[in-house]
Amino acid sequence: MNTPTATTEPAASTEPAQARTVPFTRTLHAEWVKFRSLRSTWYTLACLFAVGLGITALSLSSAGSQYETTIAEQQPWDPTNLSLTAYIVAQLIIGVLGILVVTSEYATGLIQTSVAATPRRHRLLAAKVMVATAVAAAAGQALMFGSFFVGQAMLASQDVPNASIGDPGVFSSVAGGGLYLSAIALLSVALGTLLRATAGALATLVGIVFLVPALAGLFPSWLQWLVDIWPSLGGAAILETVPNPDYPHPWLNFGGMCLAVLAVLTAAFVVFRRRDV
Amino acid sequence: MTSIEVEALTKKYGPETVVDDLSFTVAPGQVTGFLGPNGAGKSTTMKMIIGLAAPTRGTVAIGGRRYDDLTVPLTEVGVLLDAGAVHGSRKARDHLLALAVSNGLPRHRVDDVLARTGLEGVAGKRVGGFSLGMRQRLGIAATLLGDPEVLIFDEPVNGLDPDGIRWIRGFMRSLAGEGRAVLVSSHLMSEMAQTADHLVVIGQGRLIADTSMSEFMRANGEGTVLVRTPEPDSFATRLAAAGATVRDGLESSLVVSGMTSEEIGKLATYHGVTLSELTPQQASLEDAFMELTKDSVEYQGAAA
Repeated sequence: MNTPTATTEPAASTEPAQARTVPFTRTLHAEWVKFRSLRSTWYTLACLFAVGLGITALSLSSAGSQYETTIAEQQPWDPTNLSLTAYIVAQLIIGVLGILVVTSEYATGLIQTSVAATPRRHRLLAAKVMVATAVAAAAGQALMFGSFFVGQAMLASQDVPNASIGDPGVFSSVAGGGLYLSAIALLSVALGTLLRATAGALATLVGIVFLVPALAGLFPSWLQWLVDIWPSLGGAAILETVPNPDYPHPWLNFGGMCLAVLAVLTAAFVVFRRRDV
Repeated sequence: MTSIEVEALTKKYGPETVVDDLSFTVAPGQVTGFLGPNGAGKSTTMKMIIGLAAPTRGTVAIGGRRYDDLTVPLTEVGVLLDAGAVHGSRKARDHLLALAVSNGLPRHRVDDVLARTGLEGVAGKRVGGFSLGMRQRLGIAATLLGDPEVLIFDEPVNGLDPDGIRWIRGFMRSLAGEGRAVLVSSHLMSEMAQTADHLVVIGQGRLIADTSMSEFMRANGEGTVLVRTPEPDSFATRLAAAGATVRDGLESSLVVSGMTSEEIGKLATYHGVTLSELTPQQASLEDAFMELTKDSVEYQGAAA
């Protein structure tokens, strides 16, 4: 039998079996088996949708009076962004998912077995990153589109101006919400790897997405660039369809946030390779 | 035939030297007992062997290669460092499947090792509900997934009941019998006496002994004889004259080494000495081990 993917293997077994290398897809598949075989994965995902859609429904239940206040104050009305506010809590739940992919192995000691089975550590971490990000991307997009349609239906039922997915800028905002959540998943895996403990990584993530934005007003002007790319701040501006004077080019802000996330992820790869397990 | 070659291995954590210039070989076809008191550096050495910890100096070669260079590691080395290192809410089969898949091993290997370790019945159960003995079996099952030539177990009998201990002992012996190199650590000499063919003893990270089990027994296993007689002092002199070493035991008994109980009995008859007790004492390997490592125990309890 000669399969196209098989490496050149001599007919006589003079060459030891270890001459074959394990393709990266195997590492990826193994991480997927680990990920799907934990109940907590599915509970967390169920929680993501229950909480996410719940927040959307709650926040838009009194959209009628909200609309009147907004108009009276001469503020722009952005029905798309309103239906996506669930991202604020969703990023934390997605973050838990990403963090646990790494820290649950440190908590149980399984990381030793994993590294012994895959001594090329960058592969192991890359597989974890890819599994967590792919799931976050799928779940994040599903949640953002779900929230959008539920939200617009609720607005329509209260006779408030609402958006349709074909309106200018709407699709990119909703899909941008899913991308934003994927980037948060990347950040979470990196934080989990750097800190190795669920509590520490989660506290750091909460600090990043909630605490720092709450204190953003205190930042001196020379740190304004940080505000521009910070998650929940400039990084999340892509979820708005009405131009925001603070962030005139929201995709640049999001791009900046992604670069920052990649920097943290790079640090995680370096540390994971060097550190004793 | 694959062996592990540890060469001048050293590990420092800051100023502290945990493993100090350690060299030994783990040969195929036998069980090598890796013995040392708690904190002697056994686990650290094992971690360095499989690339989990980076040595400060020195090298480890498995079949001539570094562990990190093994392309399909599970087919060459099976390692069990900590049986508790499993995710409690994962099913036993999934735990093994993830490992098998990561090295591209066929799925039927999972069933093979479950059968070999007697875990078929609980394959679909979550590991969190497993007893320590079952976790230990699961850990051993994982080491066998790739049918490796080299096996490494860190304190595999710790906390097991007598049944589990016997099973693991038998298992180690059979693995070595199949020609594999088996490295087993323990802090109990008595455990090694029944399992190991070869002994590597370390204390405070340094090599204390590297010898075959039988040689170690010969050197350290010489027994003593407990002798009781109404006239201990004069008999002690006669024993010493006959070439034995005599110590005073409890309640004016004599502890004699260098002569068998038969020889002592004959000597007593010859001199017409009445003996009220003549008991051969089993040599304790544990004592020999303690003697060997007494200078290198990390925390010593003060004698009461």
